[in-house]
Amino acid sequence: MAAVMNATPAISCRDIGMRFFTERRDVTAIKSLDLDVAQGEFLTLLGPSGCGKSTFLRVVADLLEPSRGRIEVLSTSPMAARKNRDIGFVFQDAALLPWRTALQNVELPLQVGGGASRKGRRSPKELLELVGLKDKANAWPHELSGGQRQRVSIARALASDPKILLMDEPFGALDEITRDRLNEEIRRVWKETGVTILFVTHSIHEAAFLGQRVLMLAANPGRLREIVPVDMPEDRTLDIRETPEFVRLTAHLRRVLETC
Amino acid sequence: MTTSSIDVSSASAAGLAAPDTEYQAWATARQRRLWRRRLLPALGITGLIVLWWAVIAIFDVKPFIAPSPWAVVETLYAKRAVLLDNLLPTAMEAAGGFLLGNLAAIAIATVFVHNKTLQDIFFPVVLMFNAIPLVAKAPVLVLIMGNGMEPKITIAALVCFFPTLVNMVRGLESVNPQAMELMRVLSASKTEIFFRLRLQNSLPYLFSALRIAASMSVIGAVVGEWVGATVGIGAMILQATFNFDSPLLYAAIVMSATLSGLFFLLVTLAERWIIRWQPEGQH
Repeated sequence: MAAVMNATPAISCRDIGMRFFTERRDVTAIKSLDLDVAQGEFLTLLGPSGCGKSTFLRVVADLLEPSRGRIEVLSTSPMAARKNRDIGFVFQDAALLPWRTALQNVELPLQVGGGASRKGRRSPKELLELVGLKDKANAWPHELSGGQRQRVSIARALASDPKILLMDEPFGALDEITRDRLNEEIRRVWKETGVTILFVTHSIHEAAFLGQRVLMLAANPGRLREIVPVDMPEDRTLDIRETPEFVRLTAHLRRVLETC
Repeated sequence: MTTSSIDVSSASAAGLAAPDTEYQAWATARQRRLWRRRLLPALGITGLIVLWWAVIAIFDVKPFIAPSPWAVVETLYAKRAVLLDNLLPTAMEAAGGFLLGNLAAIAIATVFVHNKTLQDIFFPVVLMFNAIPLVAKAPVLVLIMGNGMEPKITIAALVCFFPTLVNMVRGLESVNPQAMELMRVLSASKTEIFFRLRLQNSLPYLFSALRIAASMSVIGAVVGEWVGATVGIGAMILQATFNFDSPLLYAAIVMSATLSGLFFLLVTLAERWIIRWQPEGQH
């Protein structure tokens, strides 16, 4: 991928740390993290609960401020990147607004925060088509299945044409068949848009199938365990999960995960 | 919406092919359920009226203690002019109080949600005022505001105010946290978050409070009239009681109940018209 070769990274962080306090606990969500994510890269983050993967996404999205360390998003601060609408976020629960139809939900990013000035290359209608929901434009969220809702939320995240797409276990609550299908689709969306994706998951297969690299994190305190490159063809179908290379890769991921 | 579209497609499919007995059985069962839902409450009300009539007849209750249902109906008809004349001011007071109290509650809830300090200072004060019984608040207000409509409207407003304030604050605050994060990622302003997220989110909460307020406002107006009024359903109730005119008393009660019911109906219709996105059967 030409974009991966691009010299300036999409995300660059040095010694990022994140500590929370509650009345009874002092949690180190991230102890220290150094990471460069190339532009156009598909990076998956894999690790047990409490390894700080969701926290890290929220630091990138400027939803949380790191306790220490330096982070640059697209050569600027996370806040500037957020204000420039360069970041799209897909949440675990699709978080659609129930009083808006599918199409109206996708239009939301263009209606708030000065979003009208940052019109994407694709219109909300085209984005719904991209995620295969052209005929559901006028459906209410409660009329959609879990998978369809998550597709709408992906279309919404792409509405402002962001350079970075942050996905926080987006398919975690879906059944396996739907999940497989969406895994193939998110790869297709990634290729068609060229967006940089950080994808948090609990699933070894998902991490290996989707990513160009798998970032493995250990818990308590959250820290980097290993970065595993995925040497698989870019044109992936679900079939590659049966190849010996893929099986070897997931076996390796599993072994590392057991020590996390 | 969904159910009706399924109806149509299944019905047309049934029409094309051989009669779909399973669908027909389901449709009949559904019809029966709908009828049951309408008939059973009617049965309850009818039963109550029959029981009332039977008690009066069997125990030979004197008309000045309690009237028979028929006497009430006769009074409703015979005195309809005077009943309606007295219903009008009560309805105006209740409606005025309903509007005023709810608007104030919505406005203050909006302030509370945006300013936690003000909420912490004034919410206990609101709680304290709410703890004062209605019949104790009414005379105070009559002393301050005189004998006109103003104290009645104020009392009706006060009783509407509290449930709406509590529900509205809850509705504005109980936003899906991920939707909140989404708005932040989108750099939405406070105004945008309020109108596009919080206010929409609060509507179902608001309407459940408004349904309570619909009947509360009538109660408030009637209690206000008890303290000092020459017209209105409340005044009529007092006069009828002092005169041992039980048919008129009951007729006045029927009028005020009808007024509450009417307000309730209006609120329900407004809710159906404004909130169209809710799943069916979740009202």
